[in-house]
Amino acid sequence: MTLNDRVVSTTCPFCGVGCTLQLHMQDDFIYRVTSPHDSVVNHGNLCVKGRFGYDFVYNQKRVTTPLIRRTPQKPGQRSQAFDLSEWREATWDEALDYIADRQMEIYRRDGAHAMAVFCCAKATNEDNYLIEKLFRSLFRTNHVDHCTRLCHAASVVALQMAVGSSAMSNTAAEVALNDVFIVTGSNTSENHPIIALQMKAAIQKNGAKLIVVDPRRVEMVNYATLWLPEKPGSDVSVFSAMAHVILKEKLYNQAFIDERTENFAAFAASMEKFTPEYAESVSGVDRNLIVEAARLYGNAKNAAIYWSLGIPEHTHGTANALALINLALLTGNIGRPGTGLNPLRGQNNVQGASDMGAMPWHYPGYQRVDNEDNARKFEQAWNIEPGGLNRQLGLTTTEIVSSIGPGGVQALYIMGENPMMSEPDLNHTRHKFEQLEFLVAQDIFINESGAFADVFLPATSWAEKDGTFTNTDRRVQRVRQAIQPRGQARPDWKILCDLAKRLEARLGRPNSAYWDYQHPSDIMREIGSVVPEYRGITYPRIEREGIQVPSWDEDHPGTPYLFAGTFPRGRGKFHPLDDAHMAEMPDEDYPLILTTGRVLEHWHGGTLTRHSWLDDLFPEALMEINPADAARLNVAEGSPVRVTSRRGSIVLRARVTQKTTPGVVFIPFHFHEAAANLLTQDVIDPQAKIPEYKASAVRVAPASESELVNPEARQVRGRY
Amino acid sequence: MTDSINLTIDGNPVHVAPGMTILKAAASAGIEIPTICYHDYCTANALCRLCVVEVEGARTLVPSCVAKVSEGMQVSTHTERVKRARRTILEMLATTVDLSEAPDIQAYMREYGAQDERFPEAEQRFSPVLDDNPMYIRDYSKCVLCWRCVQVCAEDAQYTHAINFTGRGFETQIGTFFDKPLPETTCVFCGQCVAVCPTNALKPKRQWLLEQGHSPDEIMSLTRTERRRRMRREAAAEQPATGGKS
Repeated sequence: MTLNDRVVSTTCPFCGVGCTLQLHMQDDFIYRVTSPHDSVVNHGNLCVKGRFGYDFVYNQKRVTTPLIRRTPQKPGQRSQAFDLSEWREATWDEALDYIADRQMEIYRRDGAHAMAVFCCAKATNEDNYLIEKLFRSLFRTNHVDHCTRLCHAASVVALQMAVGSSAMSNTAAEVALNDVFIVTGSNTSENHPIIALQMKAAIQKNGAKLIVVDPRRVEMVNYATLWLPEKPGSDVSVFSAMAHVILKEKLYNQAFIDERTENFAAFAASMEKFTPEYAESVSGVDRNLIVEAARLYGNAKNAAIYWSLGIPEHTHGTANALALINLALLTGNIGRPGTGLNPLRGQNNVQGASDMGAMPWHYPGYQRVDNEDNARKFEQAWNIEPGGLNRQLGLTTTEIVSSIGPGGVQALYIMGENPMMSEPDLNHTRHKFEQLEFLVAQDIFINESGAFADVFLPATSWAEKDGTFTNTDRRVQRVRQAIQPRGQARPDWKILCDLAKRLEARLGRPNSAYWDYQHPSDIMREIGSVVPEYRGITYPRIEREGIQVPSWDEDHPGTPYLFAGTFPRGRGKFHPLDDAHMAEMPDEDYPLILTTGRVLEHWHGGTLTRHSWLDDLFPEALMEINPADAARLNVAEGSPVRVTSRRGSIVLRARVTQKTTPGVVFIPFHFHEAAANLLTQDVIDPQAKIPEYKASAVRVAPASESELVNPEARQVRGRY
Repeated sequence: MTDSINLTIDGNPVHVAPGMTILKAAASAGIEIPTICYHDYCTANALCRLCVVEVEGARTLVPSCVAKVSEGMQVSTHTERVKRARRTILEMLATTVDLSEAPDIQAYMREYGAQDERFPEAEQRFSPVLDDNPMYIRDYSKCVLCWRCVQVCAEDAQYTHAINFTGRGFETQIGTFFDKPLPETTCVFCGQCVAVCPTNALKPKRQWLLEQGHSPDEIMSLTRTERRRRMRREAAAEQPATGGKS
């Protein structure tokens, strides 16, 4: 049978690479995904998620009707409802009126401080702009955050401090121009697979040299000239020791330091103590490897640093990122093609959601909420009386969860996130969620967080709506509606406008902040009017190919690499660093370090990929453990183990592998059956408020098959 | 080293950069040469030979996808000798391989007057459809051994090396090491191989199921996990009735 072949071009909904997808459809069923070989980001290559992982759209568990809980939920007794029998179907009008009434009741009683929202790095720029506008302009609260807090918050804070920016400085594809590059805290081939392909090609075809600094023997180590197997959390000492060697051997770029930076002397003095010998004692990395790495990076013509969440997800994540920034400033490897400081962003639109002000301290465009001029500007743009907007910094995700309860946050709105999987110390998070007075979930599945909600609003998937995503190298690309919304599902932006109008009517304020958009392109025009970096982004301009922000006006071609002549803050600032330690060190009771992360086939809390055939390829959580530790603990390949931290305990199968170093175990956090975040802790970096996901002390002991939640879920794989 | 190479293609003077293949040079002059195994984004290996051309002074026909231009070269792309070679290649392919889902090759067969009954005694290459993973199926009865899938799995894109040629001569096929099911190989299921397959020998599983007449709803209830669960349920339901037969 020959199929119809209707094709719609759009952008992948999974990771921050931002690959172009062409969806091939018969009626409204996507049966094949291709990508043009001249696509600007991915050159026709896709990974398993982009190529095959879209089928969550059609999963029969998807909710496509507004739902209201049958049993009214009370603070302290709130429970999870995964089964549809615990909900009743409602009309959109009824559900939205109900939300507006309940939110108004709490807002009138407790004020702005009681209202909070989790925005969504998977949703479009337009959706995120509207939801932060809704909460800021109507509820006058800055308790607006999203999962960027849990991923690159510390990278963003460090980049803001040192250079005044908060994104990848260069285009990912410029790895082809590197002669040396560092990959640290990133399992690139699983989490940014298409960038990893470009890295592999740079090494195999152009002879670039790769330095991997990571406690895991990730796949990129197979391509590396040097692998520095550090202990988790010892990044500051390793990278500062590299700076120490570069200083001692005079491999630094004096001209660049003189012309473009400040605070060099204080920084250089602070590097004195970080001898390779000292760093070896802290990190476990052979001192000679550190010296070799320093010489390789210090002598390079074009060197770049790529990092992911192994750097920021620590209580000293900001210091970790500053250590990398110091290296780039020291050698002048920034501000040119093929160099740079490149935090690889996780979510398809985490860059965009951050740019859109889905954060508690910033309006769209990183304009601080505690700055009077900024507040005035947004009061004008949103038609709000002078002094109306809240000047106080809001709470971050982890702080919002902690503050739930009387006197704190009472009403939470979650658009597309799953904090009940992604927050640290889930037992604590669960306890807090139980205390909520009112919870709205706007999603496509009832996930672990949505199950706590009073009202569930069925949103459309990415294939059912128009909008834009901003990828990791700041490219704003179109997302196009390919199929009709499933059931009664509605695009997020429409839901938000409908709710906002109801709230405005109840608030009875004289002016409207404006919610009558006809199409997401209207919203983008408004974004351009308040975010200078997005002024040049219009739908017609990005119809064929995305534009990299900043794009300052409609003639500006976009910015492939940043900082050519100057840094946004003027001079790049060196930051003196001191040693930094993990909050929880291994001890006799909890002798191993747990580090968490992701696998190729799954996405974060699993809401999408565990509802896809991707789950057949990787159906259960596996704990990676080094053969030396496994032998000592009597753990065999594939056998069940119980992993316990001070906060919780899970049972899952062990994978005995050299991929992790002795003393370190690794667990992906996608699986609710053995949720890694029951074990992690909610201690946070003081500056960036990011939790330390990458290091918790645990103990491991053999367990029995009967303790596994789903012992039959097994899939033999050759690559793990 | 000169900046530009002068040659003639089908009598037309052509000036191109050194190092260019005859195929590209012809394309730049608007002359189309047919290809099967060649792909713009894969390393050319001159396997299918459909792109052969006649070069003045050369003893044999030359595969234009890999042969480079040289000064004074005289190339003919559509002589009788060339056409006969192409026709024979197409006839041999049609005899041994299922080309039913390769519209481009079928178009060439019409263009070159190739008869799929030319070699009635010949043996058809046949192998059962391999359905060993949830992402894509492999129907090597349709495989023309163009090697693109192997290339993209290796240095042309993925550096994964999950598949390669197995067997020799007529038995040659694309396969995994020790014929292991794909999940047990290094395969990352990126599907680059599916994307470059010219004959639909490699096909996304959901497309394959849809073409077989399953409705989208049927397909979406066909996940392996669900099948397993159903199998377990059925086994459990059966157990008491059959007195615990295992």
